[in-house]
Parts: sequence; structure tokens; C-alpha cells
Amino acid sequence: MNRRIIPEAIAREPWQVIVPLFLLNLLGCAVLYSAASGKLEPWALRHMIHFLGFLVIAFIISRLPRELFKAIAYPVFIALIVALVLVDLIGSVRGGSQRWLNLGFMMFQPSEPMKLSIVLALAHFFDSLPPALTRSWRVLPPLGALVLVPVLLVMLQPDLGTGLSIMIGGLAVVFMAGLPMRWFVGAGLAGAAFTPIAFFTLLHDYQRRRIMTLLNPEEDLLGAGYHITQSKIAIGSGGFWGKGFGNGSQSHLDYLPEAQTDFAFATMAEEWGVLGGLFVLAVFLWVFHWGLKVSRNAPDRFSSLLAAGMTFTIFFYMAVNMLMVMGLAPVVGIPLPWISYGGSALLTNMACIGVIMAVDRWSRRGGPLTS
Amino acid sequence: MLGGNKHVSSGTLKNSFERRSVLIGGLQTAVGVLLAARMGWIALVDNEKYELASESNRVNLTLIPPRRGAILDRNNVPLASNRMEYRIDIVPERLVDPEGTIAKLGTLLGMDEVALRDLSDKLEKAHGFQPLGVASGVPPEVYDKVLVRLPEMPGVMAAQGFTRWYPTGPSVGHLLGYVGPATAEDFKAERNPLLVTPGFKLGKDGLEKQFEAQLRGIPGARRAEVTASGKIVRDLEMRDDIPGAPLQLTINGPLQDYAARRLGLESGSVVVMDCLTGDILAMASMPSFDPNSFADGIGRIEWKMLSDDDHVPLRNKVLRGLYPPGSTVKPAVAMAFLEAGLDPNASVNCGGGLRVGNRVFGCWNRRGHGSVNMAKAIYQSCDVYFYHFAQKIGMDPIAAMCRRLGLGEKYDLPVTAQHYGTVPDPAWKQKKYNKPWAVFDTVNATIGQGYMLVNPLQQAVMAARIASGKLLQPRLLMNQKVPDAPSMGFSQEHLDYVHKAMSDVVNGPGTAGRARLPIPDVLMAGKTGTAQVVSLSVSDGKSGPWKYRDHGHFIAYAPFDNPRYACAVVVEHGGGSGSAYPIARDVMTFLYDPAKALEVLHGMEAGWGGTPQQRMAARYRSYSAQYGATAPKPADEAEIQRRSEGPDPAAQAPRSAVTEAAAPRPEPDAAPPAPAPTASPSAPAGEAPQP
Repeated sequence: MNRRIIPEAIAREPWQVIVPLFLLNLLGCAVLYSAASGKLEPWALRHMIHFLGFLVIAFIISRLPRELFKAIAYPVFIALIVALVLVDLIGSVRGGSQRWLNLGFMMFQPSEPMKLSIVLALAHFFDSLPPALTRSWRVLPPLGALVLVPVLLVMLQPDLGTGLSIMIGGLAVVFMAGLPMRWFVGAGLAGAAFTPIAFFTLLHDYQRRRIMTLLNPEEDLLGAGYHITQSKIAIGSGGFWGKGFGNGSQSHLDYLPEAQTDFAFATMAEEWGVLGGLFVLAVFLWVFHWGLKVSRNAPDRFSSLLAAGMTFTIFFYMAVNMLMVMGLAPVVGIPLPWISYGGSALLTNMACIGVIMAVDRWSRRGGPLTS
Repeated sequence: MLGGNKHVSSGTLKNSFERRSVLIGGLQTAVGVLLAARMGWIALVDNEKYELASESNRVNLTLIPPRRGAILDRNNVPLASNRMEYRIDIVPERLVDPEGTIAKLGTLLGMDEVALRDLSDKLEKAHGFQPLGVASGVPPEVYDKVLVRLPEMPGVMAAQGFTRWYPTGPSVGHLLGYVGPATAEDFKAERNPLLVTPGFKLGKDGLEKQFEAQLRGIPGARRAEVTASGKIVRDLEMRDDIPGAPLQLTINGPLQDYAARRLGLESGSVVVMDCLTGDILAMASMPSFDPNSFADGIGRIEWKMLSDDDHVPLRNKVLRGLYPPGSTVKPAVAMAFLEAGLDPNASVNCGGGLRVGNRVFGCWNRRGHGSVNMAKAIYQSCDVYFYHFAQKIGMDPIAAMCRRLGLGEKYDLPVTAQHYGTVPDPAWKQKKYNKPWAVFDTVNATIGQGYMLVNPLQQAVMAARIASGKLLQPRLLMNQKVPDAPSMGFSQEHLDYVHKAMSDVVNGPGTAGRARLPIPDVLMAGKTGTAQVVSLSVSDGKSGPWKYRDHGHFIAYAPFDNPRYACAVVVEHGGGSGSAYPIARDVMTFLYDPAKALEVLHGMEAGWGGTPQQRMAARYRSYSAQYGATAPKPADEAEIQRRSEGPDPAAQAPRSAVTEAAAPRPEPDAAPPAPAPTASPSAPAGEAPQP
């Protein structure tokens, strides 16, 4: 019925996801408006402009042909590896942690697009891999190189959070690609055994402190524990209905640090309560459900791995951020997409949406035989 | 799972993908449920706990230091009150950039190098919880400037509050003490959050310390909404403080101020007592400190000034100064003689000395006094008379009389420390030095030398008891019932005799003719005393180094025939009683004719370089110019306490037994001059006492 009134090109777009995401972003705007003491500036208005701009980019991405994705998968990956090496070199010369490249006209952080690029490169890799090799040990050396090189380069910056996020995105694709389950179980067990060693040898002092703080935030009330404690106070004092729009004392009186970025969820929860929290969770779970459905219906192995990997990347953002603000994960600088203020994370996530939309288009246009 | 690698096809991979995507979907849902459950736990189950935490974040309860109870004189004139002012404090714990903040504050407040140095000294010693006073009495326009820039200086607090104000400054320093911020020790002793509230001060010495509980009051409180950085957003609720109860003293405020200022450049004390009630009307010890400038702690320059001063400005000499009383004990000794049945007309011939056995004890007047009866022995202060009859009557009745009249006694007064000295007798000496009493000990004691040590308050009590014939007790607090002083049990005849002789000291052919009051119909009676500090071989006591000069004493009361006021003056190293009695004369004059007395004082102060405050300010300026910030750091409170309560270098008891008779020192005005009708406002140097 709709198709008769609305042009088909528009009707075909996945509005069942775009509309909830728009509402989620609107809630984000409301939170940022309140955090700025009832002002559109400096965050709320720009947050919406970012969203709309990135939505256009998502639409453009969704129109790109599958062959183009395949064609650029490795060149982009290699270019980003080169950029990461450059960042590490500059960092080792200057000392301290270095995450950005100055391109003259903009500051470029190569680790952010790497989150997308690793998924794309791995999807292409498994697509071109003969099925029989998938469960052979010979797949491991090239796979290891693909995943570990960018992860180690990012962790060297040092940026543990992003490195982990790239690795998890990559592993999700590897897992979906069908490698033997016992490898994952084995790696999981080995990882569990290795964790304590890594904790005491590989981590930086401040990273170790953050994990210790997570286990006992009351120990360090004015240091890193302060973030977690204040965030829990904000969420906990909101109750079911919240304190009401514009009434969040934790954020307004500056007790909550990073109230508009990493801890925006706590700012939201203080004013909108559990009700707001359930809405946010519902939208995210709906997006994941959609993403996985798209990947299952995808016309070929490349597209389904691509969509699944993108979904997982969004999931990782959400999970780490929300676990952190509720005191279940250490404090790492990962924002909550669509709620937190900040362009680059939103761009990454909207690009993920755009890629999933592209896969959605491909599956509608033709069946698996076209590949 | 399929067994071998060889059977893997794109179909099996597709199947595996389907299964694993369900697994991933399940993982995502599980995380979603976990998050929802966690959020429900925090926000619903633990809601109350976090709501409380959020409220205690948001709302800040600040204590408002209570206004301290005023200290009033007998006529309700405030000796210590509170003054509204603007003040700046810092809380060291909250300072983000201590050096930058102090530099910024220094510019805003216009602090000089010395003040900045004092501030960083305090900061060094500070404990996290303890707020530090940076400046008080800040002018409103400067205060506004600081207020505007508070957000860029975390840890700095600006507030309006009350500060202790002593209108007469140094004149009441020793009497009242001073107030200051609580130390870590104070806080350990009394875990009261009020102690670490900026602007709160507690009593550190004197009556301020003694009556801390009464004067403190109950703090007010303010509930305010504050940001994480401590900025107040708005007030929610206010509770006013309950001011401390006032404390009324028997002190006569203007008299206290006059007495303190009249001591001038000397180191000494003045005590004035009411002969009817025992009320202490004045209790001045100079030089002193200005309690107003101690409120925010003692700075380097102030400390250097206090340490350099050999006149020990930190010690209350009225209560903690011990001196040989010299001839001022002679009326008491005379009373002992009379009580022992000696006929006052019994005479000795004074030829300048008394031979006992093979030794000769000299009279201060080497030419001799001729025939001396008791009256002449008092007004001429003849030593030979007292040597002679003391040998006959013995030491025990004399010591007993001295004690009855209040020497060696510790009074029931609300003061922090009281040194009460010695009235020696044979038993005492045996116990203390394990040596028998010797002839020269009696000789020394009868002229107030040797082991005998008294404080100025005891001398005033002695004067008042002799004057009134009543067992007066010194009284400092006005709110007590006036005790009905019992009679001393002296015969009126004896009293009249001694009173007449003491009047002749001033108004007759005595040793203090120039002490006569310039008030018609009011005659002052008194007794001079000159106490040697070192033996004659070291110094003649009149010239030479200040610390070798004799102490000057004078006890007095007026009017002589109807005693109303008693007074004792001690001038450390004043060179003799001539330094003391003009002060007693002017202080007594003030009681009857303040205008006349003030005129004299103003003339003198012009010569001394102004009032004590003006002189201290000038001294501060010259010290500041000379030492700048290089003066040594001030000592801690315990050291200041030690210095104020420790032994007075000017008044030390002999460490070992005395082996020699003291050479009595000449009394001034020995040749009776024509009594001056009015006091001449001359500088103390002009009154250099030589017969």
C-alpha cells in the first residue's frame, strides 16, 4: 500500500532502523542540551547536525557497489597500516602517547577507520579463501598477520581500548567465518591463563590502576575511582522515572566527569531514569537484531561477514561503554554512539550502519547467484 | 561439527554461520539483559543509598563560626569584642597549583615579600584539613576583586566574618591573651569540625584560653548547593549562630590602658586593687604584644621583634615575674614587730651600719640616720633599724606576717599560670639547701633581698591588706558575689601607726616626696623599694648594662586615711625605686582626675615616639626594612607558650644558698624635698633617682 504513495527508492530504505536511531540521537541531543544547562550550544545542536550529515554519508555508502568494497579492502587496510606505523614513529620520537596524524587540513586518527577496515579486509580474505582451508591450521599465519599487526600498532601508541576494539571486531568476523570452535575455546582458556601475566607485565601503570579501581572504586575516591563512583551515584539516584529533564544535580554541579562524552549515559540515566535506560538498550538491541538479520539474508559470504562484523563493532562500543558507566568494566575512553557527544565515534558507527544498509540493498537486488 | 577439513564446503560454512550468528545474537541479548539488570539493581534496589550520596554531593553543610563572647570591663566597656570584616582563607588540601595561586593572591591583595614568606611558612606547616588565614580586614574593593577570580583559584575561600578586636591592643595583651586558629594538637584533643572551619579562632592564652568554653558560643550552619569544585550555587537554609556569653571583669578598662601606657619604654608591671572588695582594677605588664596582630598567626618579623627584645614581651610579669621586693617589705616587717609587742618608739642609733658579732651590715645611707624609731625607719627606709630588731624578734614572726599579707601565696584566680615565689624562714632553708639559717639571712630578708621573691600581684595584695586591715582576696571576675573580707585581726592602733609612716614616705620627710598626688585632699601612702640584681662588685645598680641595674619597686594606697585603692609598681632594672613611684603616682592620679593624668601621659608619649601601638608599628617598619623576609621562621605554639611561662631572666631565684648579705641600695629622695604640688611631666630619665 505504501509503495503506491511513496516512491519505491525511499520506501525501500530500512526506516525501521533509521527512525529508532534518529529517536536515540534525539534523546542524546536532549541529554546534551540539559548538560549544557539548557543551551543548544555547544553540544546539542552540533550533535544533531553531525547525525544528519553522517546519515547522508551512510546513504552514500549504502549506494556503493560490492565490487568497489572488495577492490578497496586491501589497499585501504595497507594504507591505514602505513599511517599507524607513522603515528608510532612520531610517538616514539616525541615521547608520550601519539594517536593523531596532522594532515595539514585536519587531524587524522588512523585507528578509528581501522575498526571498519579490519572487518572489510577479513570479510574479503575469507570470501576469497577456499572453504576447505577455513579449518586448516594453514589459515592461521595470514590471519594472525591481518589481525595482530594493526592491533599491536594501536596498542603501541598506546591505546589499549581501541586496540582491543579492533581485535574484538576482527575476532567476531573470524568466528563467524567458521573456524573450528575448539580453537576459540582453546584460545579462550589460554587467554584466561595469560591474563594475570599480561596484567602485571604488559599493562601500563595507569591501565593497571584503572582495573584495580574497577574492583574497588571506594579505595580511590578522588582518583580514577571517582569517575565510577560518581557515575553510579548519577544512575542510582535517578531511580525508575529519573529526576526529570534538566534536574540532574550530578551533571549540572560537575560531580560527574565527562558528563557529555564518555559518561553521557549516566547523565541521561540521572534525568530519565531506568525508563530512559531501557529505551536506549531497546534501540541498540533492535539495531543488532536488524544487523544480524541482514547478515543472515546476505547474498554471499563476503556481504554476510561484512554485515555481521559491522554489527559487532557497534555492539562492542555499546557494551564497553555501558559496562563502564555501570561500574562493570574499567574506565576506557569509549563513548556511547548516538548519545555521547563526539564526531569521530559517531562517524564510525554511522559508517557501520551505512555498510549494513549496503548489504541490505545487495540482498534485495539479487540473490546469491550474482556473485 | 563435521569431522575432517576435507569435507568443508561453502554450504557447511553457511550452516555454521547461521548457528554462530544465533550465538552472537544470544550474546548481545545476554549483555543487554545484564546491563538492564545491573541498571535496575543500581537505580531501584540501591536507589536510596545513591540518592543520599547524590544529596550529600549536592548539598554542602558549612559551619558559621560563632561570634565570640565579648570581654567587658567593670563598667561594660568592651576590652575584647568582634569586628565584622572580609577575610581570605586557603584550604591547602584543595590547592591545585599552590605556587601559582599564592602568587596570584599576592598580587590581588598587594602582599609584600615578607607577607608572602609568612604565608608560605604557614603553608609548609599546614595539615590538609586546616584552613589558613591569608588576609583579614580586607577592604571591600579588594575583596570583590578576589571574589571575581575565585573560580580560577581552587582552594581559596573568601568570606565575611567576625574577627576578635581588642580596642586597646597591647594594653590588654597579657591580661586577655589572644585567639588564633586551631592547631593539629587542638583538633586531636577536641574532634570538633568547628575547629577546622575557616575563620574560627580559639583562645590561645590568658583569659581567652581560660574561658574558652564560655566565650565560644554555638556555631551557625548554612546548607547550600555546591558544585564539585566547591562553588556555592544557592543557599538552601541558614541557621544563625548563638554568640558566646560575655565575660565581665573587675578591670577598669581605661585605667588598665593608662597603666600599661604609663609604663612607657620600661619593662615592668602595674597592679591596682580595690581596697574594699579586692577587685583587680588594672593588671598591666609591659612591653606586651598586640593581640590583634596575633589572630592570623605570628609572622617572621613579629617573631624576630619578640625574640630580640630583652624586655620579654611575651611574659605576663604581673603573674610570672618574680623579684626580690626590696624595702617594700618593711611595712610588713614593721607590722610583725608591732604584733610581737615592739614599742614603735623604741629607737636605735643608725651610724651607717650595724655590727653583729665581728661583721658589719651596712645601711643604704652610709652617713647614718641618727636616732631612728619605727616611723622614721619606714619613711627613711633605715636598714639598721630593721637589722637590729629583726635580730631580737627572729625570722619566724616576720615570715609569718609576710605570708599573712599575701606574699608567697597562690591566689584563686582564673589565670593560665601563676608564679608565687618564696618567703624564706629557717625551716625552709634547712629543707631546701640543708643549711642552717644565718644572721645575714635575716638581714637580707628584712630588706626584701636574698631568698625572698614575690610577684607584683602579691605586692599589691600586701599593700591592700595593710591599707584595709582586711584579708582581701584579689578578684578578677565581676559576676561573682563580693566576698565579705574578714578582718586581719590587726590592732587599729598599729595600722594607724604604719599608715602614718607610709604617708610620710610620700607626704612627709620620706623617700618618695615627688610621689605626692596632684589632687587636693587625697594623700597617697607608699613605700619605696630598690632591689639589687647583682652584687656591688659587678654593678652599682644605677648605671651600666641594663640587665645589671636594680629593680624599682613601689607599693602605695590612697587615700591614706581612708584606703580606697592599692597599687604596686615594679620596673625591671629601672635603676631603683625612683623609676617606679612616678608611675604609681600618675596611675593613682588617673583614678581621681583622668584628664590631668592623661595630659602628663601625652607629654611623655610625645617623647617616647607615640603610643605602644605606634612604637610597635615603627619598630615593625624598621625591622621589615632591615631583615625583610630573611628573619627566622617563627617558633611553634609550644615554644611561644614556653617562653611566656618560663622563668624570667630578670627575676631568678638564687640557684644555690646565699652566702653574703646584700648591700642595701640607696633610696631616692633621701633628703626630704619640698613636696611638689603638682607632678611634673618629665621623662623617666629626668627622674633619675639620686639622693
